[in-house]
Amino acid sequence: MLTLDSKIPDAPIEDAWTFHKNNNLRLVGPKNRPKYKIIVVGSGLAGASAAASMGAMGYNVECFCFQDSPRRAHSIAAQGGINASKNYRNDGDSTWRLFYDTQKGGDYRAREQNVYRLAELSTSIIDQAVSQGVPFAREYGGKLANRSFGGVLVERTFYCRGETGQQLLLGAYSALEEQIAAKKVKMHTRHEMLDLVVVDGRSRGIVVRNLETGEITSHAADAVVLATGGYGNVFYLSTNAKGCNVTANFRAYRKGAGFANPCFTQIHPTSIPASGDYQSKLTLMSESLRNDGRIWVPRDPDEKRAPRDIPEDDRYYYLEERYPRFGNLVPRDVAARNAKDVCDQGLGVGPTGYGVYLDFAAAIEEKGIDAVKSKYANLFEMYQRITDDDPVETPMRIYPAVHYTMGGLWVDYNLMTNIPGLYAVGESNFADHGANRLGASSLMQCLADGYFIIPVTIGDFLSRHESGEITTDHPAFQETETAVKERINKLLAVKGTRSAQSFHRELGKIMWEHCGISRNKESLEEGLRKIPALREEFWRDLKLPGNPDELNQSLEHAGRVLDFLDFGELMCRDALLRDESCGCHFREEHQTPEGEAERNDEEYAFVSVFEYKGEGIEPELNKEPLSFDALPLAARNYKT
Amino acid sequence: MRIKLHVWRQSSRSDKGQMETYELDNVIEDMSFLEMMDTLNEKLTVEGKEPVAFDHDCREGVCGMCSMVINGEAHGPKSETTTCQLYMRHFDDGAEIFIEPWRASAFPVVRDLVVDRSAFDRIIQAGGFVSNHSGPKPDPNSIPIEPNIAETALDAATCIGCGACVAACPNGSAMLFTSAKASHLGLLPQGQPERFDRAKSMVSQMESEGFGSCRNYAECEAQCPKGISIAFIGRLNSDFLKASLVEPIDRRGDMKAQ
Repeated sequence: MLTLDSKIPDAPIEDAWTFHKNNNLRLVGPKNRPKYKIIVVGSGLAGASAAASMGAMGYNVECFCFQDSPRRAHSIAAQGGINASKNYRNDGDSTWRLFYDTQKGGDYRAREQNVYRLAELSTSIIDQAVSQGVPFAREYGGKLANRSFGGVLVERTFYCRGETGQQLLLGAYSALEEQIAAKKVKMHTRHEMLDLVVVDGRSRGIVVRNLETGEITSHAADAVVLATGGYGNVFYLSTNAKGCNVTANFRAYRKGAGFANPCFTQIHPTSIPASGDYQSKLTLMSESLRNDGRIWVPRDPDEKRAPRDIPEDDRYYYLEERYPRFGNLVPRDVAARNAKDVCDQGLGVGPTGYGVYLDFAAAIEEKGIDAVKSKYANLFEMYQRITDDDPVETPMRIYPAVHYTMGGLWVDYNLMTNIPGLYAVGESNFADHGANRLGASSLMQCLADGYFIIPVTIGDFLSRHESGEITTDHPAFQETETAVKERINKLLAVKGTRSAQSFHRELGKIMWEHCGISRNKESLEEGLRKIPALREEFWRDLKLPGNPDELNQSLEHAGRVLDFLDFGELMCRDALLRDESCGCHFREEHQTPEGEAERNDEEYAFVSVFEYKGEGIEPELNKEPLSFDALPLAARNYKT
Repeated sequence: MRIKLHVWRQSSRSDKGQMETYELDNVIEDMSFLEMMDTLNEKLTVEGKEPVAFDHDCREGVCGMCSMVINGEAHGPKSETTTCQLYMRHFDDGAEIFIEPWRASAFPVVRDLVVDRSAFDRIIQAGGFVSNHSGPKPDPNSIPIEPNIAETALDAATCIGCGACVAACPNGSAMLFTSAKASHLGLLPQGQPERFDRAKSMVSQMESEGFGSCRNYAECEAQCPKGISIAFIGRLNSDFLKASLVEPIDRRGDMKAQ
C-alpha cells in the first residue's frame, strides 16, 4: 500500500498556493543552496525551465538529456499556443475561468487545487517568456495578440505563428545555457537515464548510459527531478518524436514510485494518416481545419473512383448525418471514434484503408479559393509536402493519432512522488489535466512546474535534510549499475532474428487495437493476453547488432521497447479497472444514447495509482480520492 | 522504386571512415527519406550487419536533429526542407544517392552520419540569451513592440540549430546560425542591454570553435531548411563593428561580486 499524502494546503482554493508558500514551505538560504545537488532528467520545457530556475537560485544542478543538445526536446514541436488568463481581450476571462475550463476539459479527474494553481500561474509564464525575448505575435499597436482555441469561450491563447512550442523551448533553453555558462548547471547531453537509485526509501541518484561511448555511470544527488515527457510512443505511431519513451518514468515506478492514470491517452482527430507499414510517425494537422472542411467517406466499400468523381449521393458525410446539430465540429473524442468506426466498417480511404476525407470544396465554392487558402496556407503547404496532394484540388485524408498522455508519475501538491526526493514535472507527472487535456495547456503546465513551482517546493524537502549524505560510493549505486549492465547484456545475448523496431511496431498495433480510441472489457483482456506473449517472443527472438560500448541506436531502442512492453500491460490493466468512460477514456459499455462518455462519479472519482510489486506480479491499485469542493461535479457538455 | 545508396560509414571519432554501397529495391515513393533509411537499417539488422547511425527525433522538421548531406546538399535537393521532411518521390526510380554527414572541422563525426554539434551550444552560452532569473516580471504590454519588428525577430528565431548552414558553407562558417540568434535578441527591447556585448562574445566563441569566416557565398541561406536570411549576417556584422569600436569596460565582475 502506498502512502499518498497529497499535501493539499488547508486554505480556500484562491489562496491555497500563497498560503502554502507562506506557511508550509521551508526555504534554503542562498549560502546553503550550492551545497545541494539536484539532478534534472530531461531538457524540454519543464526540465530546461526547472534546471535554469534552480541553477539561477544557486543550487548545484546537473541536467541530462538523450539528444545532442537540450534544444531538441519534443516540446519544440507544439504548434498552437499557450493559454494564460490575462484577460487582454476584456472578454470575461479570469483565473477562475481558466481553472473551470481546465477542470471541465479534464472531465473532473484532476486534483482541483493543482488545476487552480496552474491557472493562477498562467499569467506569470507569459511575463517570464516575454522577458526572455520570446517573440509572441503582436497587434498593430504593439500589444500581445491572442487567438481562441477549442473548448473555451474566451480568447486567451498566446502564440508565435505555428511554432509556439519552439519559441518557448528556445527561451527556456537559452535560460539554461546562461546557467551552464555561469557554471551553475552542468549539462550532460547524449546521456540516457536507465535507472533510479533508491536508498532506504529515498531517491539518491540515477544511473545513466553515455550514448556515445556506452559507458554506464552513477550520479548521486540530494533530489532528482524527472522531466521526461509522455509515453505516447507505446503506440509506436504517434505525434511524439521518435526518441520519446517511458523508460525513466517506468524505472522509477519499478523502484517504488506510484504510476497514476496510465490509460489516459489523448487522441487527436486530425493527423495525416499512415501511408504504409513503413510509416515511422504521424504528423498533426491543426484541428482548426474542421471549421471549413466537410468530413466524408464513400458509401461503397469497393469505391474505385477518384474522390472528385464521386457524386454527392455516393458520399457518406457521417458526422453530419449522425450528429446533425454539430456536424463536423463534434468534440475531438467523438470525431476520432467515428473515424475509426467507419474505417472499421471498410469505408476508409487511402492506401491503408485507415483515413477519411476532409473536403474543402464546399468552403472554396462559398468563400472563394483565396479566402480559404489564406486561412490555412501553412497547413495546406505542410500537407502537400508530406502527401504530394494539393488539398485545393483533392480532399485531404486525415485519421486520428495518439498525441498526449495525461497519465504519469503520481505527485503531491509539491510535485514530489511518493518516493521522498523524487519529483516529476511536465507531461511526466499526472497532475493537472485529468482525463483529457485542453488545447494550449501542455506548454502552460510544463512552464508553471519548471519556472514557478519546483524551484520553491524543492527547497522545502532539501531544507529538512543534510546535503551530500550519500555519494556514489554507496553500494546501492554499484548494485544498480550492475543490474543495468546485466539487462543490456541479456538483450544482446538473445541473438534471435527480429529487430527491436519490428517488436515496437507490433506492440503499437496491439495497443491501438485494444487500448486505443475506444475500449471494452473483452478487447482489453485480449490485449492483456497478447502483450505477455509478445514480450516472451521479444526475449526469444530479438536481434541486436553491435556492441554495448559504442554508439548503438538499436540497443537504445531495444531497452525502450522492453519498458513499453511492460508499460503497455499496465495501461491495459488501468483501462480495464476504470469501468467508466471519462474524457479520453471511452469504455464502450458506458456511453449516452448520443455516444458521449458517461462518467461514474459514485465509484470512479479517484486517481488510480499503481504500485509495482515485482516481476510477473500484478501491480496493486491504490486510490487517491478526488474532492470537488470549489467546483461541483457536472456533466461535460459542449452542446448547449 | 529501386535505389542505390552510397553511405558514409565511420565506426568512431578516430576511425578514418569510408563510403559503402547498398541497394534497396522495395522503396515506396511516399516514404520519407528517413523511413527509407529505417528500411535500410531493418535490412542490415536482419542480415546481421551494423545499421547506419543517424540523428533524428521529431521527424516533422522542427527539432533540428536530422542532419544529412544528400547528393552534396545539406538536407538534400528540396529547398527549405529538412531531411526528415524529404520524400522519396523527389528521387527517380533507379537513382544513385550519396549520403554523408555534415562536413566541418567544428562538427567532428561521432559515428556514421552522427556529428558533434556541441559547438553550437557553446556559442549560445557565450551570449545567446537575455540574462534573467525566473520570477515576477513587468506586464508584457507595458513594453509595446512594433509587430513588424516582432515578426522579423521571429524570422530569425525560427532557426532550428541543425547546422546545415555550416555544412553548406565552403568555409564552414557558422555566421548564419550566430547571426540568427544575435538578431532575434538584438531586435527586441528585452535584448538591448546586452546587444553589443552579445555580438562580440558570440562571434569570438564562434571563431574559437574553429568555424570559418563568412565570405558571402550565401550557400547557407540557399540550403537553410528554415530559409533564414543572410541579411541577419549583415546585422550582426554591423553590431560587431560598433561593439569593436568602443573601448571595452567590464564592470560586470564588480557588479556580481558580493
